[in-house]
Amino acid sequence: MLSTIYALLFYAATILFVVGLARRIRKYARTPAPLKIPTTPAPITRGGVVLRMLREVLFFESLFKSNKWIWLFGWTFHMALWLILARHIRYFTADTPLWLGLIQPFGKYAGFAMVAGLAGLWARRVLVDRIRYISNPSDHLILVLLIAIGLSGLTMKFVAHTDILAVKAFMRGLFVLQINPLPTDPLIHIHLALVVLLMIIFPISKLLHAPGVFFSPTRNQVDNPREKRHLAPWAAKLEG
Amino acid sequence: MADGEIPKLDDPLQVPCLKPGAMDGLQPFLASPEHNAKLGFPGELLPDWKERALAKMEELASKNRAFQVYLDICVKCGACTDKCHYFLGTADPKNMPVARQDLLRSVYRRYFTFAGKYFPWLVGARDLTEEVLKEWYSYYHQCSECRRCSVYCPYGIDTAEITMAAREILASVGMGQKYANEIIGKVHDVGNNLGLNPKALRATLEDLEEDIEDDTGVSVRLPLDEKGADILLITPSADFFAEPHIDGLIGYAKVFHQAGVSWTLSSYASEAANFGLFIGNYENMRLVSQRIRKAALDLGVKRIIFGECGHAWRVAYSYLNTLAGPWDFLDPNYPVPQHILEFTWGEIQKGYLKFDKSQNDHMTLTYHDSCNVARGSRMGDTPGGQFEIPRNVIKAVCNNYVDMDRDTIHESTVCCGGGGGLLTDDLMDLRVKGASPRMTALQQVSESDGVTHMAAICAICKTQFSKVMPKYGYDMDSIVSVHQLVSNAIILDGQETDDADAAEAEE
Repeated sequence: MLSTIYALLFYAATILFVVGLARRIRKYARTPAPLKIPTTPAPITRGGVVLRMLREVLFFESLFKSNKWIWLFGWTFHMALWLILARHIRYFTADTPLWLGLIQPFGKYAGFAMVAGLAGLWARRVLVDRIRYISNPSDHLILVLLIAIGLSGLTMKFVAHTDILAVKAFMRGLFVLQINPLPTDPLIHIHLALVVLLMIIFPISKLLHAPGVFFSPTRNQVDNPREKRHLAPWAAKLEG
Repeated sequence: MADGEIPKLDDPLQVPCLKPGAMDGLQPFLASPEHNAKLGFPGELLPDWKERALAKMEELASKNRAFQVYLDICVKCGACTDKCHYFLGTADPKNMPVARQDLLRSVYRRYFTFAGKYFPWLVGARDLTEEVLKEWYSYYHQCSECRRCSVYCPYGIDTAEITMAAREILASVGMGQKYANEIIGKVHDVGNNLGLNPKALRATLEDLEEDIEDDTGVSVRLPLDEKGADILLITPSADFFAEPHIDGLIGYAKVFHQAGVSWTLSSYASEAANFGLFIGNYENMRLVSQRIRKAALDLGVKRIIFGECGHAWRVAYSYLNTLAGPWDFLDPNYPVPQHILEFTWGEIQKGYLKFDKSQNDHMTLTYHDSCNVARGSRMGDTPGGQFEIPRNVIKAVCNNYVDMDRDTIHESTVCCGGGGGLLTDDLMDLRVKGASPRMTALQQVSESDGVTHMAAICAICKTQFSKVMPKYGYDMDSIVSVHQLVSNAIILDGQETDDADAAEAEE
């Protein structure tokens, strides 16, 4: 029964996540940027913009310029999250490819780094008066959600193992519309429920920063306004 | 609110403790109904203002990707919270960039997002009320659209984009700002911010020609409306009458003279400034820009060069091609438009200009990077040319030059405190406070290196500093134009100088 509920939850969450995100991305992509507004100095070639964006999303360059503490906690959390997500692929694939085996030792412990980073961010949100001022309940709760996902996962990895083969069978079953039983221990239920919640809120919350950053005109525009005329479709109509 | 106090900072970027409400209620004068109507806005607040405001917000989100994306993606990380000079100077938390954005984002969330519609308390969403509208009017006129926050945001969120949209929404419900709207009206009517008519302009230029001849013994022209000239100079109208701006204009004229190029000003497009940028209104910004296109066509020029003006250079460099292009009727060998410093630096590199640097020896100089030039434009062929070229020119004409604190120059420059349509006396308290980071950085180099003067290439910066520098212990003429320094040092052919030998020795 519980397995069926979780299976349905995963299907629903996946649809909401994928459709919600796709609609948002389509909106960003279709909304024109009427003017050239890169924050200068900016790259003067498309290739330069790709590098700028890579530095931004891989190293959080601007955040590094801004505040070393936020950078340290934020970068640690995000990079650990990527490792953990990659490591989790093994729960969806029939056999484990070599690269997954190679990252496994790091991915295993990345959970600690992720929770530490999140704890640092939350501490700042509570302790620094400026950041406390700009925080809404949702800003705290998203951190709580991520920390809870991390802690429940870590507990299963290092304290109370769940039947991971059963979990894998459940996950792989979802791909072929087959509901296999989940283990009965509460930790895995909590962990999965929180992940489902995260997927659902992703397209309707500030988590949209993940796709959104790629559409930020101050970061993704080439600095070439004198060489190339930039004109939005709605602005072209004014020329009549 | 507004206590008139002058902030004392130990460090230019010292972060204050929050003082909620410190600048509550401060607001510039509202534009009169005629001035609003002239720009195509309702004269005053209409009964259905709320529906109109929300409709405008939706429209802008559909027409401007930056506005839509930035409303959605802020994660409230806090990176920008200590980056605004108005926050540093006033300690009012609503002057933190993210908090300023949230004044509008909270309303966006309430009406346009799932979470805000059904769980407003969770995401800080709030109804649009008349109080909110007044709060917008107040705090979106405490932002100079300088983009310093956008440098530090991990997503490049630019508060200027939100401020411009907010001002556009306010204007669309009849709450335009007097200072900006009156000025745009004058440009539409007369061609410049001052309302200076062609006759008065011609008289001013003739006076300047006489002054230069008295000074140097050389006849240097300041041509107006001369058809067939090669270069059209578009310069802020403050250059025609204000100090130290006018000394910069004399500098441009001397450089053009010595370079041997033919140039002209236009009485129809006698204004580089474009306050359409400040009110965030594309249509008005476009109309103002179109005057330059018409002037260039009517006069049959081959090139366009802009004088020293910060936001004007942003509009010129980044937008002019969009708003008034294509420029295919001009000489393709030159970028359109060019900055006067690009021109002067080019002539210096070619060795066409001779200087007596000792003419500036009574000063030790530093340079204030104007926000719109630093973060919204470029000069030259490589990124960062907007920082190097002005400094190169200053160093070519002055012996004593020192930079201010690294964190307050180049892309990290702090605004003068008067940009973005705030250069009005009704906001003087804010202007003085907002200048404190820059003034503190200046005081540091005054103490450590004996800096006496600060050079700038923005009409607004120059006016703002000549007003607020006395409050920080400097003379009002401690702010100088870069081309004023050029003007002091340049040796014109045939010029009578006391120390012609010294200049020759330097070559």
